[in-house]
Amino acid sequence: MVKITVCIGSSCHIKGSRQVVEQLQDLIAKHNVGDRVELSGTFCMGKCQQGVCVTVDDTFYSVSPDTAEAFFKEAVLAKV
Amino acid sequence: MRKFDTKVQHLKYKVLREVARHAWNDRLTENILDIPKQIVPGNEPTMRCCVYKERAILDERVKLAMGGDKTNPNIIEVISIACDECPVGGYEVTDACRGCLAHRCEDVCKRGAISFDRNHVAVIDKSKCVECGACAKVCPYTAIVNRTRPCQNACKVKAISMDEKKAAEIDNNKCIQCGACVYQCPFGAITDKSFILDVIRLLKNSDENKVYALVAPSISSQFTYAKLGQVITGMKALGFHTVIEAALGADMVALSEAKELSEKGFLTSSCCPAFVQYIKSAFPQLTPYISHNLSPMATLAKYIKDTTPNAKVVFVGPCTAKKAEAQLAHVKEYVDAVLTFEELQALFDSRDLELSGLEEGVLDNASYFGRIFARSGGLSDAAAQAMKELGIDFTIKPVVCDGIEACRMALLKKSKNALDGNFIEGMACIGGCIGGAGCLTHGEKNKAEVDKYGREALEKTIGDAVSVLNYEV
Repeated sequence: MVKITVCIGSSCHIKGSRQVVEQLQDLIAKHNVGDRVELSGTFCMGKCQQGVCVTVDDTFYSVSPDTAEAFFKEAVLAKV
Repeated sequence: MRKFDTKVQHLKYKVLREVARHAWNDRLTENILDIPKQIVPGNEPTMRCCVYKERAILDERVKLAMGGDKTNPNIIEVISIACDECPVGGYEVTDACRGCLAHRCEDVCKRGAISFDRNHVAVIDKSKCVECGACAKVCPYTAIVNRTRPCQNACKVKAISMDEKKAAEIDNNKCIQCGACVYQCPFGAITDKSFILDVIRLLKNSDENKVYALVAPSISSQFTYAKLGQVITGMKALGFHTVIEAALGADMVALSEAKELSEKGFLTSSCCPAFVQYIKSAFPQLTPYISHNLSPMATLAKYIKDTTPNAKVVFVGPCTAKKAEAQLAHVKEYVDAVLTFEELQALFDSRDLELSGLEEGVLDNASYFGRIFARSGGLSDAAAQAMKELGIDFTIKPVVCDGIEACRMALLKKSKNALDGNFIEGMACIGGCIGGAGCLTHGEKNKAEVDKYGREALEKTIGDAVSVLNYEV
């Protein structure tokens, strides 16, 4: 199981964490990996300057709505 | 000087600030006895008969700042020695009575309680008077005044009486802990217990257990001398891991409240803990109609505790009754402590944090609809919006009540099956949460401030705001 956690704190929220979450939900459905990927949210990872903050298991990524798809392919799909 | 409505609040704030300052330094035990003298240093009394009484009362305030009487379950406590034993005469004729001919007072009195002495001056027969106030209203000279105690006047649930020493006494079975008496007592003789020391303890330990602050949307009308973003930065400087809008919990509640209402057909709101307690104590037969939803505070706190192991949650708001709600069996596992805005100000100053000099942080989690819960009518608007977003075909007919008197009228009608409406939005404070006893200031513009803050939310719909939570309605 790969665990993706997206920061939904204020700072990341205004940088587009909702759009990132929505894209990841769509991508998980599209690639049919819902049984192997768990998506969750957390309030603030303490790296507000680098938002939208995302972790995959324990690895940190800085993602934006524009880079969400590339991030998913590289950091998530490669793992499942 | 900080902005408070009254000097009573300012005095209470000074005590909280000094208690907090020593607690941060782990030197409270050594310094506790010096706090009263620090606040009243001189030999000339400025508030009471002598400095010794002033300091004796401050001793009591220090106790309350440290959590108060643990044997008394009520959040609201009377400081008996601070109670000035105000006059309790009720309606009285003053010497402004000119002994006129019209005698409107006599004509309007249904009890025949008014007669006239040899100088034609009105006299009220106290054995007949029922304190309705009709005479005072019709007197063209406003010569009849009501001498009731401000605390009793403020307490619409009639929980306050006099003890044998004529000091105020609270009936814990009737008290809903709304704090109206706390705000109204001109001598500051009734006050709310503080949990500021619990919060400091949590913040000191925040390396191990992150502390999440949930802040009520009424903050938009508070700390007016700084920007909201600076208040957020200040809170993080105190040691909170992050600050989240409790209004996001309100968005969650709006959805589940709409669903429950459409299923049951009639509901009374459960956001205001004082209103919920009022129904339970004064209209127990209506208890089954109380919404089963947790309050926005508890809903969001539960989400955080469910998703973040070891998280600690502190609610910051305008409300004394929230302190009581956080102690309820079904809430206490989610909320670790509650602070009022007054107490937050004291915390800032105990660390000498000058908000207006700080950078602006951000606070943006909730939608417009979650944010307007802070004022009367907001919850009903949000529930109607939630019906629309969920595609539920149900017409909500809200009865919006702010202040316990309005709540009582609606509940009375419902108990007699004469209420024109299917949803009672009950808020114990006038104006809603922005009228709360724990606010620093109360003003005419507060409602407009809340609406403005609501419109500034990034998310325009409830669904968009909660979409990041994977929240099942």
